[in-house]
Amino acid sequence: MTPVERPLSPFLIYKPQLTSVLSFSHRATGVALSLGTLLLVWWLVAAATSEEVFGAAQWFLGSWLGLLLLLGWSFAFFFHLCNGIRHLFWDAGFGFELHTAYASGWTVVAASVALTVIAFAAGLAVRG
Amino acid sequence: MVEFTLPANSKVGAGKIFKAPAGAKRVRAFKIYRWDPDAKANPRLDTYEVDLDACGPMVLDALIKIKNEIDTTLTFRRSCREGICGSCAMNIDGTNTLACLKGIDEVKGEVRIYPLPHMPVIKDLVPDLTHVYAQYRSIKPWLDAESAPPPDRERAQSVAERERLDGLWECILCFCCTTSCPSYWWNGDRYLGPAILLQAYRWLADSRDEKTGERLDALEDPFRLYRCHTIMNCTRTCPKGLNPAKAIAEIKKMLVARR
Repeated sequence: MTPVERPLSPFLIYKPQLTSVLSFSHRATGVALSLGTLLLVWWLVAAATSEEVFGAAQWFLGSWLGLLLLLGWSFAFFFHLCNGIRHLFWDAGFGFELHTAYASGWTVVAASVALTVIAFAAGLAVRG
Repeated sequence: MVEFTLPANSKVGAGKIFKAPAGAKRVRAFKIYRWDPDAKANPRLDTYEVDLDACGPMVLDALIKIKNEIDTTLTFRRSCREGICGSCAMNIDGTNTLACLKGIDEVKGEVRIYPLPHMPVIKDLVPDLTHVYAQYRSIKPWLDAESAPPPDRERAQSVAERERLDGLWECILCFCCTTSCPSYWWNGDRYLGPAILLQAYRWLADSRDEKTGERLDALEDPFRLYRCHTIMNCTRTCPKGLNPAKAIAEIKKMLVARR
């Protein structure tokens, strides 16, 4: 008898749920934050180069695409921060009951949306 | 490694459709993963229409009915039909559970049934558990003590010591949790996964066991233990209501505490 090559059972059929979605989001926002930091570096380098270059950077960040990137980066920042605090509690051994994990998960979602809205509103208000 | 596609030989195609008998009033479609090792073909999803008026309430009842009355080639594991043997663990409606404990009425619309995720398939809904059993063996799942037991009785435990094992001894090794874990999907070759780590903690928590240090040494490894990223799919899916994520956290705490 020749050995058969067994198929791998499907795994992406697994239903998305708060537990896994927040975990994946933590990874994704971590990556987004690293990429967003390049934007920050570019802005600082522009500021150190010349008024003209800085003006161009400011113009780009004020455009709808720039604002969209900043909005995404802000959300990634606040989500990663809030979920990071959630992870600190887990690392200390707290919050492992399923209902607690769900409550903390939804709290993270609500808090990161709220903080993003507040930060953006404040930023736009300062810009005038 | 993280991968988001199935190998070419594992992609699931369309399958056969078995219509409900004429006159059936309460019909429910069951879409079931099929793979025949003798057919030299890719897996497929067969559809069986079942008359719920002539079927028991659980998903396992429907599977047995299909095998008895519609298609005898359908292959799955089952034994106790009351949630204590762990044989009928499978993916039903997107999450892992025991077919005998899952009511058909808990699922809306068609009932999709797959084998436990990201496992080699022996046939249909039967996954190859060789690797997880080998991993179970690796944690030495038995009482290990140097000292001799008292000559006239068993090794005694206080009530409090015995209570530390509650929530651990009830595990039936169905591997619903292990195969729900994305980290296990992608690192299962080296990561022990929630079920085995819960068992590892069961022996760490046992007051009669004298090999705590050796057990912790064996677990202190970036892959065996620390591929757990507290996703908590394990706790979410356990059909026995146990908490593997918490057990893993307790192991991590023990490793920090002994430094």
